[in-house]
Amino acid sequence: MKASPFAYFAPDTLQEALDLLGSLDNAKILAGGQSLMAMLNLRYAMPDQLVDINGISDLAGITEQGGRLSIGAMTRQRVLERDSLLFQKAPIFREALLQVGHIQTRNRGTIGGSLCHLDPAAELPALAMLYDATLIARSAKGERALPMAEFPAFYMTPALEPDEILTRIDFDAWPQDSHFAFVEFSRRHGDFAIVAAGCLFSLSPSGTIERAAIVLGGVGAAPMRLTEAENSLIGQVPGRAAFEAAARAAQDIEAMEDSVYSAQYRCHLSEVMTRRALTKAWDRHQERAA
Amino acid sequence: MDPRFIGQSVRRQEDDSLLRGTGKFVDDLDPHGLTHAAFLRSPVAHGRIRSIDTSFAAQVPGVIAVLTLADLRPVLTSDRLPVQFKSDGLPPNIGPYILAKEEVVYVGETVALVIAESRAIAEDAVALIDLDIEELDPVTGCQQAVQPGAPKAALDRSNNIYAQFDMGYGDVDQTFADAAHRVSLALVQHRGGAHPIEGRGVLAHPDPMSGQMTVWSSTQQAHEARGFLIELLGLDETLLRVRTPEVGGGFGAKYLLYPEEVSVTAASLLLGRPIKWIEDRREHFLAAIQERDQFWDVEAACDASGKLVGIRGTMIHDGGAYVPQGVNLAYNAATAVPGPYDLPNYKLSVQAVATNKVPTIPVRGAGYPEGTFVMERVLDALADAAGLDRIEIRRRNLIPVSAMPFSTPLKSRSGSGITYDSGDFHAMYEQALKEIDLDGFADRKAKAAQAGLLRGIGVACGIKGTGRGPYESATVRIGKSGKVTVFTGAMPMGQGLKTALSQITAESLGVDPGDITVVCGDTNTISLGLGGFASRQTVVAGSSVSVAAKAVRDQALHIAAGLFEADVGDIELVDGMARVKGTEIQTSLKELAKIAGGSPGYSLPTGVTPGLEATEYFMPTGLTYGMGVHAVELEVDAETGAVTLQRYVVVNDCGRAINPKIVVGQIHGGVVHAIGNALFEFMGYDEQAQPTTTTLADYLMPTAPEIPRIDVHLAEYPSPLNPLGVKGVGEAGCLPTAGAIVSAIENALGAKNNMIQRIPVMPQDLFQFIQQGKQSSAA
Amino acid sequence: MTNSAETLHTVALTVNDVPREGTCVARQNLADFLRHDLHLTGTHVGCEHGVCGACTVLVDGQAVRGCLMLAVQAKGRSVTTIEGLTRSDQELGVLQEAFSQHHALQCGFCTPGILMTLVEVLQDDPDPSEMALREALSGNLCRCTGYQNIIDAALAAAAALRQNQK
Repeated sequence: MKASPFAYFAPDTLQEALDLLGSLDNAKILAGGQSLMAMLNLRYAMPDQLVDINGISDLAGITEQGGRLSIGAMTRQRVLERDSLLFQKAPIFREALLQVGHIQTRNRGTIGGSLCHLDPAAELPALAMLYDATLIARSAKGERALPMAEFPAFYMTPALEPDEILTRIDFDAWPQDSHFAFVEFSRRHGDFAIVAAGCLFSLSPSGTIERAAIVLGGVGAAPMRLTEAENSLIGQVPGRAAFEAAARAAQDIEAMEDSVYSAQYRCHLSEVMTRRALTKAWDRHQERAA
Repeated sequence: MDPRFIGQSVRRQEDDSLLRGTGKFVDDLDPHGLTHAAFLRSPVAHGRIRSIDTSFAAQVPGVIAVLTLADLRPVLTSDRLPVQFKSDGLPPNIGPYILAKEEVVYVGETVALVIAESRAIAEDAVALIDLDIEELDPVTGCQQAVQPGAPKAALDRSNNIYAQFDMGYGDVDQTFADAAHRVSLALVQHRGGAHPIEGRGVLAHPDPMSGQMTVWSSTQQAHEARGFLIELLGLDETLLRVRTPEVGGGFGAKYLLYPEEVSVTAASLLLGRPIKWIEDRREHFLAAIQERDQFWDVEAACDASGKLVGIRGTMIHDGGAYVPQGVNLAYNAATAVPGPYDLPNYKLSVQAVATNKVPTIPVRGAGYPEGTFVMERVLDALADAAGLDRIEIRRRNLIPVSAMPFSTPLKSRSGSGITYDSGDFHAMYEQALKEIDLDGFADRKAKAAQAGLLRGIGVACGIKGTGRGPYESATVRIGKSGKVTVFTGAMPMGQGLKTALSQITAESLGVDPGDITVVCGDTNTISLGLGGFASRQTVVAGSSVSVAAKAVRDQALHIAAGLFEADVGDIELVDGMARVKGTEIQTSLKELAKIAGGSPGYSLPTGVTPGLEATEYFMPTGLTYGMGVHAVELEVDAETGAVTLQRYVVVNDCGRAINPKIVVGQIHGGVVHAIGNALFEFMGYDEQAQPTTTTLADYLMPTAPEIPRIDVHLAEYPSPLNPLGVKGVGEAGCLPTAGAIVSAIENALGAKNNMIQRIPVMPQDLFQFIQQGKQSSAA
Repeated sequence: MTNSAETLHTVALTVNDVPREGTCVARQNLADFLRHDLHLTGTHVGCEHGVCGACTVLVDGQAVRGCLMLAVQAKGRSVTTIEGLTRSDQELGVLQEAFSQHHALQCGFCTPGILMTLVEVLQDDPDPSEMALREALSGNLCRCTGYQNIIDAALAAAAALRQNQK
């Protein structure tokens, strides 16, 4: 199928884009287009106006200041995958991104696009949740900061106003020696996960876990943090017993179901993937140490 | 004479243009004045059309016409497509409408078409057609279809049964009474769509100069399409030509003349303009044929040694809303059950029924994968019941080479007997076990267990009749240019058929295969043809080409012998020359063609007939059967239900391989298609028979990381039924795949009693089985 | 009714190292623009929803889905298509030749997208493992070959290209 007709605007500056969004009816923002273009072609999305923000150069880039990372919303997934600063400060990004779609979609797809599309199983929203990222949105009226926890409004719908553009994602890097892993269960390589799990944890000088974050994708309407499991890890010695106990907490979450996968199966996978993520993170450390 | 080109993996003549991007597919054709079609399709599975208001759509700028069945009727001789494969006892009204008349019977059925200056504009207008439909209850599944009080899938039929028939031989009931072991199975089999990466497509191109309509179609059957089109449009062969450009895969979906091809051609006749319709992927999900569902309830019995004594049961086949090829799918599946095994007694009651889903005709495999799966599941169950090894029970039941040729009491769809013509099944079976290193399996299983994975092995066999007749056409010609050209009604859609036919021709004529032009899919170049189905083309067209090329060779030798005053036996054809053996005396094929072409007013040399050309229609006396053995090793992740294929071995009998590399490629493709059927591909419908998998993100075709290396070994047991000794392999790879994989999964889980009775096997189902297994072993 | 009011956009870009220009409506995707406006029909369209990979082309050297990018977004960019891999008067390139040698194509419809993907993949990693190649090609569907010969051809091409570098 071919897209239905729309008027096309390609502003060069953020201000122009914001002015357009403030004045146009039934407008959509075109970021990397790796979801929207398919929806346009299938006529699932039929905007009257399309505001293409690919030409706004200052929306892309990765910077760091005092341990706080700032990623422009239009930074391509392939750039994130290969960026050495990001790899150094938050290596879980590369591990997760290699499971995002395919080379061709990562070359175009952006972090902001993925966050705003907000597929429940998508990796980048899960990472934003994992890091308690702050999302910066701009409108003609000004700028506001949304904590990622408040960003999902409904299923696949961000808490953005029609005249707002997500401009960047900020988050604090974890300590250099933190442990991390991002694992997925999907039917095919590059598919959206049925369940994905990401984790970060760091140890105290005594070798017990002092800080932990775990996120699940594909389970609820939006990525969810496993606060109970995270808490259960604090003070524990990393290892099988602690990981299994934490993973058990994942079983009790409320999972969605669809025509293919039951809630029960997703809950079970949540337990498995949480345990595997924690184990992978720790095993990697052991292997390096060995 | 030693073969020079047959049996060699010569370079494919198809490759160069395809690798440069210059090969032309139907959507690449762009004649002057081209217009584009888009279809309004039924949004509901079953309904009565109250009205179709096209007035708004017709006003869209760029729209040329909005057409319903009533608008096309002036150029049509019938409202419906005929049934392609007729058989006795079929009810009337089972062929699709060209555009819906008063009723719609599946989501996606063509209702109206828009012709516009661009496809996008045509789609804009389609959205503005006001279709008022009274929804009717749909038949959503074939088991429901035969229940009392079920809605009718189509109002003009008396019930939902297309056909019911019994198939079998022997006295099953008697033998069951005395059998040592009996098992019963309820198997649910699903095979989805064909999904060539190029969808269907048609370009109807009227030529005002000649008055001839040329229909370019991405089809597997140019001549069949022409036959139906001239009938439906009331034309004759001089007025309508069907041509195929490059065809981007078919897999069964393109062996049918569809409503879209007829309505686009009819519209072009009406409007006098070239019109192109290109199927998009969503349309392929909604309206291209599928194979879909079969429900089998079977019992099987064996003696104390594990020898089969009988299989009996019932099967219901979901034919969908129309069965444009009759009941061939259900029939094939039923005849496929005995497979390469000696089954003494067999009885199956079959019902092919209507549902409000996409029509069905064969997808690559054509019912044989389903019948094969039943037998392989039966053997696993009987082995478990008899306490035998699953690999051993197959050995005990395979037909021995001493019984070849082996006739089963069954008849093929055409009414001819089923006779396995050659092959040593036991030798192939043992080779497969050796190639997969059965002896080393225990070690590999133990190693996998250390990583927490369950490793299993499975072996399965299958056999399919190939090379269906009644004939295929071939003309081999050496023109006055000296160029060798082959014309045939056979239809390539990726198999490398042109290369294979060029090799066969080159064998007789001593020219480089790469210098031979093979013309397929043009009804103006040869009068008859049947096209690409039933793994038939190298067998039937190859044989026609072989015989015709030999005849041309004889003509050439005769002329050369006369020219050189030598014996025919002393002439050889080498490198495009006719030469007296062991001498420098020679002339080119071009000169011989000129001699055979004659000069105006002068006699041809004595004994020379006009032209260096011959036409042959090889008519096979029976189907030729190539057996295949598949052995697979896989690992199951018991925590998730994920299956990872690790090793895959195929031993397949191809008769004589014309081009081994091409043969192996065919097997690769068939295996992977069937891996999709076994583990991934599922065409979903909801409770209103609305398709729920309409994108390639929802319908999971296998991609490269999911596929293991496939180690193919060709067994060459020449067929006695054709001059080349070849057997078809286009579908062979599809047959034993699901049986081998499912058996291996159960082997990995240490399961007995055939817990897996449904394909595709989904990870959540396996997880359930594993959990149940844990519970029952704990209890 | 917006059709007649649809604005035409001029798109000037470089295709296969040649400056080209065409006009199209905003909704035209890059694959359709290349095929129908610039008549470069070697790029194929298999799904139009970004899954099959047949429409893969290089934009500024990067493999992208031609159906998931608007033609107007290619303004000023450098696009490479299958037609740009080898000039018509030249022998096939190393990768294309390997595809023929290893029987890595059957119907050939998915082939252009696979070749274009591999151009980038082999540039990034001249010595990929079999599994790395399988993963790199996970965004390209092929119904004919079962992928194995594609992987073998890519491995052979990578080896030949490495040899050429020496």
